[in-house]
Amino acid sequence: MYEHDVLVVGAGGAGLRAAIAAHEEGADVAMVTKLHPVRSHTGAAEGGINAALRDGDDWELHAYDTMKGSDYLGDAPAIETLATDSPEEVVQLEHWGMPFSREEDGRMSQRPFGGLSFPRTTYAGAETGHHLLHTLYEQVVKRGITVYDEWYVSRLAVTDHDRPEDRVCHGLVAIDIKSGEIEGFRARNGVVLATGGPGQVYDHTTNAVSCTGDGPAMAYRAGAPMEDMEFIQFHPTTLPSTGVLISEGVRGEGGVLYNALGERFMFERGYANNDGELASRDVVSRAELTEVNEGRGVNDEYVHLDMRHLGAERIVDRLENILHLAADFEGVDGLEEPMPVKPGQHYAMGGTETDEHGETCISGLYAVGECACASVHGANRLGGNALPELIVFGRRAGQHAAGRDLGEAKIGTGQVGEYEVGEVDTPVTPGEIGTPEDVVADGGESARTDGAGALVEAGPVLENAVETERERVAHLMGRDEGVQQAEIREMLQKSMTRNVNVFRNEEGLKQALRDIRTARELYRDVYVDDPSRTFNTDLIQTIEMRNLIDTAEAITLGALAREEFRGAHWRQEFQERDDENWLKHTLLSWNDGTPEVWYRPVHLEGREKTYEPKIRSY
Amino acid sequence: MSTQIQRTEEPEIETEDEPEAETESAGDRRRREKVDRETALRKEAEERLDESDDDVVIKVFRYDPEVEGKQEPRFDDFRVPMEKGTSVLDALMFARDHYDSSLTFRHSCRQAICGSDAFFINGRQKLGCKTQLSELETPIRIEPLPHQEVVKDLVVEMEHFYEQMHSVEPYFQTNDLPTGELEEQRQSRENREKVKMSTRCIWCAACMSSCNIAAGDEKYLGPAAINKAYRFAMDEREGEEMKDHRMRVLEQEHGVWRCQTQFSCTVVCPKEIPLTEHIQEVKREAVKRNLKFW
Ligand SMILES: Cc1cc2nc3c(=O)[nH]c(=O)nc-3n(C[C@H](O)[C@H](O)[C@H](O)COP(=O)(O)OP(=O)(O)OC[C@H]3O[C@@H](n4cnc5c(N)ncnc54)[C@H](O)[C@@H]3O)c2cc1C
Ligand code: SF4
Ligand code: FES
Repeated sequence: MYEHDVLVVGAGGAGLRAAIAAHEEGADVAMVTKLHPVRSHTGAAEGGINAALRDGDDWELHAYDTMKGSDYLGDAPAIETLATDSPEEVVQLEHWGMPFSREEDGRMSQRPFGGLSFPRTTYAGAETGHHLLHTLYEQVVKRGITVYDEWYVSRLAVTDHDRPEDRVCHGLVAIDIKSGEIEGFRARNGVVLATGGPGQVYDHTTNAVSCTGDGPAMAYRAGAPMEDMEFIQFHPTTLPSTGVLISEGVRGEGGVLYNALGERFMFERGYANNDGELASRDVVSRAELTEVNEGRGVNDEYVHLDMRHLGAERIVDRLENILHLAADFEGVDGLEEPMPVKPGQHYAMGGTETDEHGETCISGLYAVGECACASVHGANRLGGNALPELIVFGRRAGQHAAGRDLGEAKIGTGQVGEYEVGEVDTPVTPGEIGTPEDVVADGGESARTDGAGALVEAGPVLENAVETERERVAHLMGRDEGVQQAEIREMLQKSMTRNVNVFRNEEGLKQALRDIRTARELYRDVYVDDPSRTFNTDLIQTIEMRNLIDTAEAITLGALAREEFRGAHWRQEFQERDDENWLKHTLLSWNDGTPEVWYRPVHLEGREKTYEPKIRSY
Repeated sequence: MSTQIQRTEEPEIETEDEPEAETESAGDRRRREKVDRETALRKEAEERLDESDDDVVIKVFRYDPEVEGKQEPRFDDFRVPMEKGTSVLDALMFARDHYDSSLTFRHSCRQAICGSDAFFINGRQKLGCKTQLSELETPIRIEPLPHQEVVKDLVVEMEHFYEQMHSVEPYFQTNDLPTGELEEQRQSRENREKVKMSTRCIWCAACMSSCNIAAGDEKYLGPAAINKAYRFAMDEREGEEMKDHRMRVLEQEHGVWRCQTQFSCTVVCPKEIPLTEHIQEVKREAVKRNLKFW
């Protein structure tokens, strides 16, 4: 067994920042990550990182833009924290040597981005994420922080009190991918989940293959609810064949969208008369798909993004990486031809419910970055707002987990205070079916210390969790026939892409739930064909598959429940934003495998003012 | 050398007119649905092969220290569909998902930024995701990076590479930070331009694996680590004193002077970093600095 004060799961931007902060607080911190840190998906971020740094801009404007962009489903305490802390954090990155693009006077460059009232997107070429990830990793190396890389975290070790709000997280269980060994990791102070997005729920995504939603799914089964999962961002400019992202920076620099008729449809068809291509992402994605659906798409599939008029010099200076991506992954020379683009899954606004310190309703369990919902993005994330979230909330969670007092959080977590129980009319009870994990998880009962009391001591909780995982893996590896995860994954991804995409309707959502149920049933028969303990990616993917199923179900149930149109969530039957009934977060609790839907009102009160919902037009 | 085809046996085909028995148990239904789906999936895979412009055979290196029958290294052939845009990584994923789930390789981003899928493809170090099948001459051979211990199939031991990277103090160090609140440490555009290429390294280890000197000298820093040190040594913000320190690291016994300018690192680097040029520049700088003392 390994033991540290703070354990950070995941080493992308959020995890690295959390680890550095915990270390600076004096904690003995270790990172456990399924990929070596520099392989994390943060490296793929292109466009930039928002921070109000310049004259004419200030944190209040940033907060206001973010609130509006969120379609008033963001929580003001979290959004204001994001806006006030990001300048300091971005300058901190600069002081750590991050190679930002520079102005003539040597200061960091900023560019306009969709939905921003000031060009506050600070960038490093079109490869901001790569530089951010490497700069943070360098600081982790400098501090000598322990990194267990290529260790897959498969379970949290949480006490089994009845109410999630009474539970405590004592550590986790992880598999050493290289040797297949399963070990317990005890966290004396806390566990910070920073496992990134769940893009692999879809088959056309900008996300890496490793983005399987592990953190929120594990936390969900341990009792921490998932919040606002229906809000999935589809990015309007992804390459059609692979889903590789063409940064919003292209439109920020002046790139233009055309349909097959050569019309600049964002203006000519009236989708966003003021901001055109720079309207926020949900607006542009819907516009593109409408063009395609109405027969004005190129090859009935995509539209064109043209940046040729910017001139080779400017393109090479600011968007060089885009030229490489278009050439390498779509065979298009962006200097000579327009680039084909279509919407693709990009970002999950929802995730594990946390307060503005990154803490969940389970003591000692934190979540930050894309796997968490604090919630700063509400119904729609503005471009350039995810990277500051990683560092702002990464730092806070790291500090808090290491014992620093950040004051009382304004955002509540768990089923305490003001909440409302929800009901959804589902065609099937999607979650009730057992899986190998549940089957063996019952083995935990016998490990309880007494008949009535819950298992609360760190030692037994961890031992029990390790035992359960060993049994689960033995079960998966022990069979020699059944279904393989690749088959379930393909079915699930296709159904989600078909039914839970940019445009949604009741019939499609119900169909997706039926498919998810089928996936669950299939998963009961899942088996790992590779008998090896060495680097068994078949095993890892099979465990990830389980997380994809739970995540897909949360997304779809949330989407079915929310009978309105807000931000990225568009419903055919409900074409209006309904503030009277739906100015609230959707929460989903595990409830022994049958998802329980409940709601919490949005926090619109900021420090000095209350944000009044207004019509969102661009 | 074996040709891998679908592993599962032909399933019994359920006929349409067989009425669904009312009493069918949940288990039976699951099994029936599973057979249906497998049939559909297989048909789809076959159709994909038919539809694609062409299909090609990839020869993939296989080895697993633990599994009997795989302890002897061998090549397996997989027939995969090839369309416009199909990358080597796509081909490997197809083979893994449709034929043999034990086929093991690292990969993640699919867009040349995570650096995890450098392989030896037709005798050259390349990223799988960035290499189109159509660019390659057949037969296409995919092997793990040479000069590195193989963990399993295409997965190699990266520890040594990481150690070399860590040995050059790969983090920004300066005594010159501005003190004012939110004050940036300015950097000229020219200087950023100068270090720009060096900051693009994705730690894929292709260069290291292509380098004859590194293969013969365990301690040689190697092109990636030297480039990493260059990235900081040439960054004006670190200051002169730090630059001296960086140069000493670069000039150590197993540092830049080991490089024999064979250019193989520069040729294979998927991020087009002019590695040899950077190494040469460090050598020139070293000579210049040492001259001062004479
Ligand atoms: C192509 C692309 C471009 C983007 N561009 C921008 C942009 O310009 N600006 C912006 O603000 N945002 C951008 N975003 C969004 C932003 O980059 C992501 O939301 C953010 O990087 C996520 O960071 P993270 O630290 O939460 O997760 P990640 O960087 O994905 O890291 C997740 C980590 O968790 C680990 N992990 C996962 N599961 C496990 C497990 N079970 N056990 C152990 N470890 C695990 C992984 O190994 C990894 O280290 C972009 C996103 C994409 C996909
Ligand atoms: S220098 Fe180039 S080849 Fe070498 S590790 Fe970095 S990216 Fe890979
Ligand atoms: S998969 Fe990330 S570099 Fe190829």
